[in-house]
Amino acid sequence: MTETPARGFDPQLLFTTRFGGHGGRLGIVHHAHGDDWAELALPYKPDMIGDPASGVLASGPILTLMDMATAVGVWLKLGAFRAHATLDLRIDYLRPARPGQAVIGRGECYRITRSIAFVRGQAHDGDPADPVANVAGTFMATEGYW
Amino acid sequence: MSIPPYAELLGLSVEPGEPAPTLVMPFAADVVGRPGFLHGGAIGGLLEMAAVAALRQALEAEGGGRVKPINLTVDYMRGGRDKETRARGTVTRLGKRVANVDAIAWQDEPDRPIARAHLNYLIVR
Repeated sequence: MTETPARGFDPQLLFTTRFGGHGGRLGIVHHAHGDDWAELALPYKPDMIGDPASGVLASGPILTLMDMATAVGVWLKLGAFRAHATLDLRIDYLRPARPGQAVIGRGECYRITRSIAFVRGQAHDGDPADPVANVAGTFMATEGYW
Repeated sequence: MSIPPYAELLGLSVEPGEPAPTLVMPFAADVVGRPGFLHGGAIGGLLEMAAVAALRQALEAEGGGRVKPINLTVDYMRGGRDKETRARGTVTRLGKRVANVDAIAWQDEPDRPIARAHLNYLIVR
């Protein structure tokens, strides 16, 4: 993957120095990024299964992955970290992720206003042309994005 | 009622109820996002587990069936603070092939939710 250096915001640093919490517990790591998008990887782990009969991941981990990938997309487009909170997130489950496969989530920020960032993204488990999920959402900057 | 591995990861416990159980998630390091607050993904995961639990209970009454998620929309209304979070689903319509489910998550009072979700499920009977 091509790595484009961000102006003033390095998502790789985010995932090495100050990373814990729910995303850290799920093992989510940086995969790739560009000027207004980030790809994060969610490794397959049995403790994230939602349906024991099939071994398919619960959708909570995929929601977490996409929430984080789109948030990082906002900071990349902005070129800086700003405190913000998810206002809403919609996820369409296009098909179940294959058991045993890592899921790659790509989040993109396509518009930022002073208060609101608009994001969209897709998740796949190996083939970007055959996604497992599609998301759309908004974030709100608690102190404003600028 | 048995819970899936991801519900255990979230630390959920189940309080049985009619027509739907209440799921309880303790505040713990594993569900934190920004310092001092719950991760939106963990709140969404909790809402989804509550929705599925409500739907399964409603389906059991009709002879059971498998459920497949179609989509989920979450509105985040308040930050999730350092305290217990509860969530409960409401099946607004249980059809032959599709179910519409709402779920809310709250910390203090159910009428002051921290997040709400709307979920659609495909049902295979």
